[in-house]
Amino acid sequence: MDFSFPPEAIAFRAEVRRFLKDNLTEEMIAATHDGTIHSPALHKAMAERGWLSGAVPKELGGGGRDPLESVVLIEELQLARAPIDAMGVAIVMVSMILEHGNQFLRDTVVPRLLSGDALGCFGYSEPESGSDVAAAKTRAVRDGDEWVINGSKMWTTMAHVADYVILLTRTDPEVTKHKGLTFFLVPLDTPGIEIQPVPTMGTERSNATFYDDVRISDDWRVGDVNGGWAVMKTALKYERGIAGGQFPSPPVIDAAVDWASSNTRPDGTRVIDDPAVREKLIRAMIDVEVCRGFAYHTASLASEGVMFGVEGSMTKLFASETYKKHCRWFHDMLGVEGLLTHHEPDAHMGGLIEENLRHSPVTAIYGGTSEINRNMIAEGHLGLPRTR
Amino acid sequence: MRTRPTQDEEAIREVFAGFFTNECPTSVVRAAEPLGHDHELWAKLCATGAPGMALPGSVGGGDAPLRDLAIVVELWGRHLAPVPLIEHCVASRLIVGAAETGGGATDINDRLVSGGAVATLSFRSPESGRARLVPAGAVADVIVAHHGDAIVMIDSDPPGKAPRNTADLPLADRDLSGATPLLTGPESAVVWQRALDEWRALMAIAHVGLSKQAIDIAVAYVTERMQFGVPVGSFQAVQHGLADATTNLAGADLLANRALWALDTGQPDASRLAGMALLFSTEAARFATDRALQYHGGYGFAEEYNIQLFHRRATGWALQLGDPSLEYARLADREFGPRRVA
Ligand SMILES: Cc1cc2nc3c(=O)[nH]c(=O)nc-3n(C[C@H](O)[C@H](O)[C@H](O)COP(=O)(O)OP(=O)(O)OC[C@H]3O[C@@H](n4cnc5c(N)ncnc54)[C@H](O)[C@@H]3O)c2cc1C
Repeated sequence: MDFSFPPEAIAFRAEVRRFLKDNLTEEMIAATHDGTIHSPALHKAMAERGWLSGAVPKELGGGGRDPLESVVLIEELQLARAPIDAMGVAIVMVSMILEHGNQFLRDTVVPRLLSGDALGCFGYSEPESGSDVAAAKTRAVRDGDEWVINGSKMWTTMAHVADYVILLTRTDPEVTKHKGLTFFLVPLDTPGIEIQPVPTMGTERSNATFYDDVRISDDWRVGDVNGGWAVMKTALKYERGIAGGQFPSPPVIDAAVDWASSNTRPDGTRVIDDPAVREKLIRAMIDVEVCRGFAYHTASLASEGVMFGVEGSMTKLFASETYKKHCRWFHDMLGVEGLLTHHEPDAHMGGLIEENLRHSPVTAIYGGTSEINRNMIAEGHLGLPRTR
Repeated sequence: MRTRPTQDEEAIREVFAGFFTNECPTSVVRAAEPLGHDHELWAKLCATGAPGMALPGSVGGGDAPLRDLAIVVELWGRHLAPVPLIEHCVASRLIVGAAETGGGATDINDRLVSGGAVATLSFRSPESGRARLVPAGAVADVIVAHHGDAIVMIDSDPPGKAPRNTADLPLADRDLSGATPLLTGPESAVVWQRALDEWRALMAIAHVGLSKQAIDIAVAYVTERMQFGVPVGSFQAVQHGLADATTNLAGADLLANRALWALDTGQPDASRLAGMALLFSTEAARFATDRALQYHGGYGFAEEYNIQLFHRRATGWALQLGDPSLEYARLADREFGPRRVA
């Protein structure tokens, strides 16, 4: 085994760090406090450097950057707290279109997504289906060359700033649930679409989206009619591969070390000299190294052209569950001062730990809950009998 | 980067998987209790060349990197082999290395390479000439210890018996009063720390092997054991506990291998990773054996079932180095500087 990075990846890491030093500002990070987890300027700057395209496999027609370089990019962006949700969405969506979409979508939509001129969002979840995503009810009915869509989606995050939604619909309600699904790419300015905000306990906002006799031409279909599940599998494959989320903890740990080093206990001792605090910090740092191992491993497999499966589930499960724990520990450590939010000028480091604490629960929910990932590990990796 | 085994590494694994499967079934592990050592198994392992494989070619060793040795050590852990492979390899590397830099003895090199002499390290400094509860102390001929600003060594007859202990480890108190210096001065601390890091990283991979086997045993058991008319492995509570255990194990495996690679290639964070790998692997192994035992129900507690062998060793192996809290504290000192206390 060999854990060394190729020289290109080492050079690229330096390039990404320079880029972040020059382009990522505290204002950009703070601007996400309006709930839009996105920075247009940063997104565009990354797109201009070809970094969005780079994360899309060459076989599909993307830039095909070595996954070992992509993982370096994702790692550095997360260590620097860059808002990158839109980047993850763009990469997954382009991969879905390139793998399953027609020429019209490849020509019109893909370049706009990769240049950062247009943003996408995911329309999978519904009010009554989340984990059981294949139970989607939003209905698409053929009408000549067009389709008419009716229904509603829940958690269509970023729809209020996006140009397209990739929509999972039911086209045949008579067959078993996985066989009657079809994907469409729908421009969000199409008449009949309504977007309502869904505020969350985190700083981010999501949306509910409603589709009332929305008419689009068959050109906007992605994949075969009733072939939606194959497209969904592509989405999950790329989401688990590249979409980030492996390094949520380091900024929280950095902030905790900063606080512990510059604050004292009532008895006058420095917090960082408390053995209990020191052990927690080391435990958290160990968890980060484990996440690093997972991230490098999946990237290395992808780089060798070995498709990974359950490793993605393990990475997401471990990173999100330990992140929640770290947020809890270090939020506690700040005591009552930890309660101050980013609105308060004297909140420690702009309320970073507090904001992460409120954000952390969702990481074990979206993109496949921890329970769903455990199911996949138990069945797919350990070969235990199905329960459902 | 290559995070899966190479063909050569697979070849080593295949050879030693065969060796341990044939020569070290759990009947051998049980028969070696309570001493925790099987002379015959050690002789057979010596015949494979394993004890000398990671020693320098200049003394007749195999010149293998720690990563190759770790393949054998992982299988050693998987089979709970009652022979002091890790201690012997780490102590021998230290002794041979010290001789090369001008210190110490060269006359025992042949015995170390062949395994004719068993070597070990005492993690605790001797007090009034006596080292307490030395790992493999019950069976080792050669012992090294760090004392003051020197590494000392003694070659003497082992007692051949151990105090009864949780993990059936061949611990013993040893008389080091006649020990002679192998290496003195500030360098001795560096060399000693390096040896401890090698032990930590190899012990980490041993815990990975132990956990893999414990989970395999649990999966086989819960797939067969029926309750309420279905296999207990179809209950989600059981599945999720094993999913968490195997996830931690996968993380431990990658971290331990990265630490070994870092030690082999002299990465600046090698010592940090080795310390982290041991702590994480130990917890992963304890969690895995806890879940595996739990999902056996009452039978897991019965001496007859093998899972208890794994549970007790996951408890014992790392404690030979001391309370894990001290390891966290040591890593914290590296990371944040020493504690300032009034
Ligand atoms: C802030 C936020 C942003 C999101 N963004 C998007 C987005 O952009 N696009 C999108 O399509 N979706 C998005 N989601 C939706 C997200 O993917 C779902 O919330 C998630 O898949 C869980 O579905 P659910 O909320 O319906 O919970 P449910 O599926 O109802 O689950 C409820 C509980 O039951 C458990 N459970 C369910 N099934 C099983 C099972 N088989 N075994 C064991 N336990 C089970 C779950 O783990 C969970 O704990 C977002 C969600 C949030 C909160």
